[in-house]
Amino acid sequence: MHATTFAPWEDPEAKPLIRFQNVTKRFGTFTAIDNLSLDIYEREFFALLGPSGCGKTTMMRMLGGFENPTEGRIELSGQDISGVPPNKRAVNMMFQSYALFPHLSVWDNIAFGLRRDRMPKIDLENRVAEMLKLTRLEKFAKRKPHQISGGQRQRVALARSLAKAPKLLLLDEPLGALDKKLRQDTQFELMDIQEKTGTTFVIVTHDQEEAMTVASRVAVMDEGRLMQVATPDRIYETPDSVYVADFIGDVNIIEGTATPDGQDTYRIDWAEGQEPIRATSAHPFATGDRCYLAIRPEKVTISADRPEAAINAVKGKVLDIAYLGNISTYHVELPSGTVIKAQTANTRRISRRSFTWEDSVWLSWTVTGGVLLAE
Amino acid sequence: MRRLSWFNTVSLTLGFAFLYIPMVILIIYSFNESKLVTVWAGFSTKWYGELLQDEAFLSAAWVTLKVAVMSSTIATVLGTMAAYVMVRSGRFLGRTLFSGMIYAPLVMPEVITGLSLLLLFIGIGLDRGVFTIVLAHTTFAMCYVSVVVSSRLVTFDKSLEEAALDLGCTPAEAFRLVTLPIIAPAVISGWLLAFTLSLDDLVIASFTSGPSATTLPIKIFSAVRLGVSPEINALSTVMIGIVAIGVITASLVTKTQKVRQQRDEQEAARAQ
Repeated sequence: MHATTFAPWEDPEAKPLIRFQNVTKRFGTFTAIDNLSLDIYEREFFALLGPSGCGKTTMMRMLGGFENPTEGRIELSGQDISGVPPNKRAVNMMFQSYALFPHLSVWDNIAFGLRRDRMPKIDLENRVAEMLKLTRLEKFAKRKPHQISGGQRQRVALARSLAKAPKLLLLDEPLGALDKKLRQDTQFELMDIQEKTGTTFVIVTHDQEEAMTVASRVAVMDEGRLMQVATPDRIYETPDSVYVADFIGDVNIIEGTATPDGQDTYRIDWAEGQEPIRATSAHPFATGDRCYLAIRPEKVTISADRPEAAINAVKGKVLDIAYLGNISTYHVELPSGTVIKAQTANTRRISRRSFTWEDSVWLSWTVTGGVLLAE
Repeated sequence: MRRLSWFNTVSLTLGFAFLYIPMVILIIYSFNESKLVTVWAGFSTKWYGELLQDEAFLSAAWVTLKVAVMSSTIATVLGTMAAYVMVRSGRFLGRTLFSGMIYAPLVMPEVITGLSLLLLFIGIGLDRGVFTIVLAHTTFAMCYVSVVVSSRLVTFDKSLEEAALDLGCTPAEAFRLVTLPIIAPAVISGWLLAFTLSLDDLVIASFTSGPSATTLPIKIFSAVRLGVSPEINALSTVMIGIVAIGVITASLVTKTQKVRQQRDEQEAARAQ
């Protein structure tokens, strides 16, 4: 790691901006957040990712001050903020519905929070102008929210929540209401703005691509617990559970029993009458342990003949081909009935595609291609 | 324009005739020269002139207006508060009971409401007059306001209030700066409803009014018992006129607003 890399979570000296300490939140008998601890650092773009009902929105609402933890502490810059009402926190939120005030113009929407702080008129005007410029909304300052497009509304909501220069900005599914093309552009805009303002962003999303694109770190949540917190590439390449591997991207899971076979290498017996698979793992397994090999489709090579150097190779029949333009995903059925997905980049034109339905093919991958998981 | 079938034409004519013929007759006879209500003797506006001279009618009209303005204003404040609590406070013990109790006076026979209020006022030794009518009208108009306002509040996006809190408002400021301006149309129509209800109430007013305060409906009712005079026709025509102008203005305002909003939204969508 060289010094310029932004990774305060690896620095034991770094003080977190936000600290969740054994936080539990219950609604009646339902436990939304279950004894969760998490540190988020200054200037981070932190993504909370998970299916609906996993507790990510509750986490955000606790940071915003709309909910209080049932147990545990939440600290902002070292101070316990449980019980502090939303209007007394240096935290602002961008709502999923944008929650723009329909009776106020774009300008007044952005000025709303500054007015509550009794900011002098001249400073207020400058700040609003700055925000309008940052979000490229100068032309629309006098319009009412219903007189602008969805993408512009999203930018007004962002400008309004950034106007007070909060220590922490919360974004609740900020791009959910935009169409795909606009969403991608806006993702880069968000990252740009985050970098320019140096604000810590916490984003809640169920869209894993969005989380991977924008975030410095991603927390994958399920049923009120953190499954894994890591950088996007770590989450993708070294998931530490089948749940995370399966939630992020496409993955083949092969279940089997492990047998140690040399330094950090294991032999996996996975199906009757099939050659065992070999894989490396930093996590130790004992002989006979149940294990799951998670391997991404793009790490599986498809070929007509068995590659000579291949350590792991299985034979199967093409069941389905999903053509996505830039890539194709082949669904290959093995004799055991297991279907393995293999992905290839379409560097050739489609008319010269090598394989078609019902073709007999070989799938192969390296020892380090997959991740061996215990659960 | 689509042509109506004969069946629809007939039902439309019958329906409107049923609704408006009595009023049309009343308006026509208010311009009758003759003192006899049922005999037409030529066009005249003299009854309108006489109306302006009649002290008793004018003071009754003034009392009615005072009562209507005061009671509808108080009812709007209380009704809005009640609606807000009912919609916003979520589930608490006895919520269903409370909301039921707010709406119950809507279906309560007016005679009973009037009688119970009369008993109350006598019991606590309150002299009946303008004040007691205001109290009585507030009591029943409040339910109507609360129904109108709460139907608006249930569709109100709660995150707007949260956004206001998030941007530094106290809960009271959030209500004043965000919630109230947005639900204002419902509050205003609640006020108008309360105002009209108070304006034409006869039953409750006759229970709770005293010799010092007579409202217009009471005055008209007692005058009619001595025989319908063309003056009353004139007075009624004036009231119909006021109500009609009010209703037409209100609907025109909402309609143009809606049209403008739709046009704006279409333009915004195109600009995208």
